[in-house]
Amino acid sequence: MSARQEQGPGAPSSGDAAGGGVLLECARLDKRYGGVLALAEIEFSIHRREIYGLIGPNGAGKTTLFNALTGIYPAEAGGFRFDGNSLSGLAPDQIAARGIARTFQNIRLFGNLSALDNVMIGRHVRTRTGVFGAVLRTRAALEEEAAIEKRALELLRYVGIAARANEVARQLPYGDQRRLEIARALATEPKLLALDEPAAGMNATETAELKQLLLRIRADGITILLIEHDMKLVMGLCDRVLVLDYGRKIAEGAPREVQRNPRVIEAYLGGAIAEAPAA
Amino acid sequence: MTLIAIALIGLPFALAAAGTAWVRITNLAMLFVFLSLGLNIVVGFAGLLDLGYIAFYAVGAYVYALLASPHFNLHLPFWIILPIGALVACLFGVLLGAPTLKLRGDYLAIVTLGFGEIVRIFLNNLSQPVNITNGPQGISRIDPFRLGTFSFSRTETIFDLQFSGPIKYYYILLVLLLLVIAVNLRLQHSRIGRAWEAVREDEIAARAMGINTTRIKLLAFAMGASFGGVAGGMFAAIQGFISPESFVLVESVMVLSMVVLGGMGNVWGVVLGAVLLSFVPELLRYTVEPLQKSLFGKSIVDPEVIRMLLFGLALVLMMLYRPAGLLPSAVRKRELKGSAK
Repeated sequence: MSARQEQGPGAPSSGDAAGGGVLLECARLDKRYGGVLALAEIEFSIHRREIYGLIGPNGAGKTTLFNALTGIYPAEAGGFRFDGNSLSGLAPDQIAARGIARTFQNIRLFGNLSALDNVMIGRHVRTRTGVFGAVLRTRAALEEEAAIEKRALELLRYVGIAARANEVARQLPYGDQRRLEIARALATEPKLLALDEPAAGMNATETAELKQLLLRIRADGITILLIEHDMKLVMGLCDRVLVLDYGRKIAEGAPREVQRNPRVIEAYLGGAIAEAPAA
Repeated sequence: MTLIAIALIGLPFALAAAGTAWVRITNLAMLFVFLSLGLNIVVGFAGLLDLGYIAFYAVGAYVYALLASPHFNLHLPFWIILPIGALVACLFGVLLGAPTLKLRGDYLAIVTLGFGEIVRIFLNNLSQPVNITNGPQGISRIDPFRLGTFSFSRTETIFDLQFSGPIKYYYILLVLLLLVIAVNLRLQHSRIGRAWEAVREDEIAARAMGINTTRIKLLAFAMGASFGGVAGGMFAAIQGFISPESFVLVESVMVLSMVVLGGMGNVWGVVLGAVLLSFVPELLRYTVEPLQKSLFGKSIVDPEVIRMLLFGLALVLMMLYRPAGLLPSAVRKRELKGSAK
């Protein structure tokens, strides 16, 4: 619709106006599973149009943080402020409506539906046709349905899998499934796109393409929160990085600084690095 | 298309030639198609296994019976009662749906099964201290559909054609059925239908995509239930008599079998499943006994036994050769193929 961009996911207007302001703020976040403190006093903030990396060894609490952010497993203490409002007590669908979309580490597509249907479902939260509109096929409903399909196709093209629109999601190649998840997330018109290991299982070429895609999404005005194990990708893409270890924040800053931080090196390579025999 | 229309319009007269009983059987079959399509919304679209669906049929039937019979001496017209029945059934649907929102699969099946039984037991026992449902004796002399002086139970001759009561109901049922099919088809390919599919496929992902799964599941329960309620009202009017015995667990299982046999989620498959499972037993009833009599001179095997035998056989064959139903929905077919891999 806008002349500014043809197929982009559509930048939320507030992003441009506020420039470099804070989009997401996390304050003293605690998350427990039984007796285990999975996250302790996590604090950080993400600026608009930033690509913010979240790294740490396995089990550090990265995905737990995602689940707390998106309301799937709410935190016990502390919480998030997003775009000026608290997210505390909101259900996942309300959080999605506020403008946070996510992908999942172990891909959670609607596997038996077509790629196109998957993205069309992403439009649910921004559309309104109800039972009566659908049954009576009112003009508004028909127009909206056409718009949903058009938008979904645009997004498939945007992430580069338009040719696979009618294929079953489950049968897509792995890399395409990751792209499809991103397209589905973009369909909800997020201000913040939270990606949980989008490059996992991708080869070098696919990862390079993913990097270009993420840069394009950011250029279209969407802030990105990225969990990733591919350090090359993180270092080359992120503006700032937060490092978690055992549920605690151990470092935050530009990728270069973080990389040299002794605590980070210790977390990744183990405390006994000096004595470890070279394999 | 026109051929099918002519066939559907002419059908009752052809059946009437074979005996009015066949028109009645057809009407009952249409009620079951109606029910199956309602259950298909819950089970086929939203993927919520409901083993107590017949409870909504019961609610609709009793609402009609209580508001149009000598029991309370109320005789409201059918076009008021049917919507009331749908509404009350819808309420019961939400009543069942609300506490079970977090349940899936086996657990949901058990709760819905219990719900169905609770409703039936209530109907059976609500004759004391205040007689509401008349207990196991049921309610009789229920009013037929009436529009002014035009009654749907009387036989009339128009243009030399005999319109018996069942034939008139046939046409009402036909119109209602076409409406229900249209509603099913339109919902399926809409924003709501997609949301149901999303919930069925992956509830967590659906929530993360902004779907209010609570509301969308309740909607499925409520819609399925109101269809059941309307079918129940029709049932009461057509039969003129209802009792709790018509709403036992086996009936729920039967409706579910129709949905599964035809192909969950595929509207035409469900219609086919319901038609087959309603007619075949009746055909057997009319053929098994005469056949045995003519072959052996007496009836050796009870038709009911043969019916159950064939029913079991059909289910086994189906699981072997067409696990996704006779006319499976594309999605279900993929699902089953995927799990076999």
